[in-house]
Amino acid sequence: MTLDLFLQHLSNGISLGSLYALIAIGYTMVYGILRLINFAHGDIFMMATYFAFFGIATFQIPWFITFPLVLVLTAALGMGVEAVAYRPLRDAPKISLLISAIGASFFLENLTIVLFGGVPKPFPAPKLFTDVVQVGTVAIQKLTFYIPVVTILALLGLGYLINRTKTGMAMRAVSMDYETAQVMGININRTIAFTFGLGSLLAAVGGIMWGMKFPQIQPLMGVIPGLKCFIAAVIGGIGNIAGAVIGGFILGIGEIMLVAFLPNLTGYRDAFAFVLLILILMSKPTGILGEKTAEKV
Amino acid sequence: MENKTRNWILTTVAVLLLVGFLYFADNYLDLYIVRILNVCAIYAILGMSMNLVNGFTGLFSLGHAGFMAVGAYTTALLTMPPAVKKQIYYLAPLMKPLDQINLAFPLALFVAGLLAAVVGGLIAAPVLRLKGDYLAIATLGFAEIIRVVFTNTQSITNGALGLKGIPALTNLWWSFGTAAFTLVVLRSLINSSYGRALKAIREDEIAAESMGINLAKHKTLSFVIGAFFAGVGGGLLGNLLGTIDPKMFSSMFTFNILLIVVLGGMGSLTGSIISAFIVTIANEVLRFLDESINLGFVVIQGKVGMRSVVFSALLMFVVLFYRHGLMGETEFSWDRLLASKICRRTRALFRKNLQQRGVDR
Repeated sequence: MTLDLFLQHLSNGISLGSLYALIAIGYTMVYGILRLINFAHGDIFMMATYFAFFGIATFQIPWFITFPLVLVLTAALGMGVEAVAYRPLRDAPKISLLISAIGASFFLENLTIVLFGGVPKPFPAPKLFTDVVQVGTVAIQKLTFYIPVVTILALLGLGYLINRTKTGMAMRAVSMDYETAQVMGININRTIAFTFGLGSLLAAVGGIMWGMKFPQIQPLMGVIPGLKCFIAAVIGGIGNIAGAVIGGFILGIGEIMLVAFLPNLTGYRDAFAFVLLILILMSKPTGILGEKTAEKV
Repeated sequence: MENKTRNWILTTVAVLLLVGFLYFADNYLDLYIVRILNVCAIYAILGMSMNLVNGFTGLFSLGHAGFMAVGAYTTALLTMPPAVKKQIYYLAPLMKPLDQINLAFPLALFVAGLLAAVVGGLIAAPVLRLKGDYLAIATLGFAEIIRVVFTNTQSITNGALGLKGIPALTNLWWSFGTAAFTLVVLRSLINSSYGRALKAIREDEIAAESMGINLAKHKTLSFVIGAFFAGVGGGLLGNLLGTIDPKMFSSMFTFNILLIVVLGGMGSLTGSIISAFIVTIANEVLRFLDESINLGFVVIQGKVGMRSVVFSALLMFVVLFYRHGLMGETEFSWDRLLASKICRRTRALFRKNLQQRGVDR
């Protein structure tokens, strides 16, 4: 394999990893607070690409207006899912919550099929992003560079929000101890809703860029990336935002490299993440950055 | 009246009625209805086996579709005549011993169950160390891996093309017989000391362990038995439908079975049976949602997929407002049925009617 080709694969891996990281953060934040796998997160991501599709292709709104609009809509959708499917079950056994999450995911997928049809649609990526540039001998889409940059900006914003603002402090407090936080006067429901909104917003950022990178959208497109990103969150240590980012990059780069170096295994690409998950869970169940917690009896 | 004798008589009568009905259905009802009845019974098997793991042992496992796939492919490969196999494996020929083997249906089903159980046993070792949603995602992952492997092993499973022309050996007797067998086996298991240990694990793992219950052993037992019946159910389904492909056994399938388990009540075998019938029949009845409805003066356009929307909404509705399902954790019993409000009211009505007619009792 030549260096050029390797670099091309690496840049692909990094941009895929960035997308995984953006989606994985949503999982990890929700898990940190509610101890719940938000199964609907992958579908919220899918809805974001549909919102963008309708904004640009159907309503012909320029992309710089559509994209912020998509972020807002998706955040609202995430909060809506939380209010309908999870909030009524705050005190229910965890298994009910998980089933409700699966139901919500299933519902969003089927609703999309009914409303928008099951036929894949071409994503109308603005030309600005999909132009190809020559770097030496390698031809790379501009997007491949934009994705990591946007991801880093989003992560910086997130870091500021969580570490420097009052809302962020409330989020950290709730994820540390739900009940004590409530005693301290933190509005739990508002904080949780905000967390869902924030996670969904990042998923929307990922979704828009995903749509431009893999310009074909369909109602079930969120399922496999959703599962993979949850796995990325687990690999990094669930509940830990930096961990989710690391996990996302490991998964994204690993997947691309697997296909690049072992082309025979291309068909097994989707199984790679699960194998990695099971290996991690067996050797270090709390993930790379996760802390070991002892169970109190 | 002696309750035990009465219940025994009622059970015998019910079984005889069921057998009579099956005979009638087998000979006189049209194929569409027979097929739905078959699907009901198979879903009942799948629901009960999933309930053993999820409802009785409290292990939230989402790997059911994987075990079904193993069972369905095994039964199909073992029962398909060699000539048909030669015909459908045109991309890559079927592996050596498999292309000639042809077993009797019951034997093939049994082998399918065993193979699914072996797969379950292999998966159990790493997976059952996990709890809660980690377990859920890991089992889901394993099911997905099984599916990906099946898509890629061209010379065994015929890859994404799937299998066609599987002999239609599943009939009402096999599906209902297996369902009854499953019920009897799982019931005896649950009422044994093993079953009580499983329930103890569900209620509180740490307490159960400190009472001397071997967690790993019991969890594996439940998981393997669940996988066995999932495999058998998958086998029955494959030979009923006639065609299978890896796509069929996606996580959607697991969620369908999950809906049955939740609706029937986590921890109630009879609940799973009842809800398997309700869900399957409702699925057929709701078919009108996918088609256009003509009200004479206005035509409501049906939308393909509407059925699934209603279904997923139903799943959420059940969990949000009706968490214990139809049966909760109780099983069907004649005592309960006869003591129920409807039954008492019917009897009271009946008595009143008799009195009005002047019949003295």
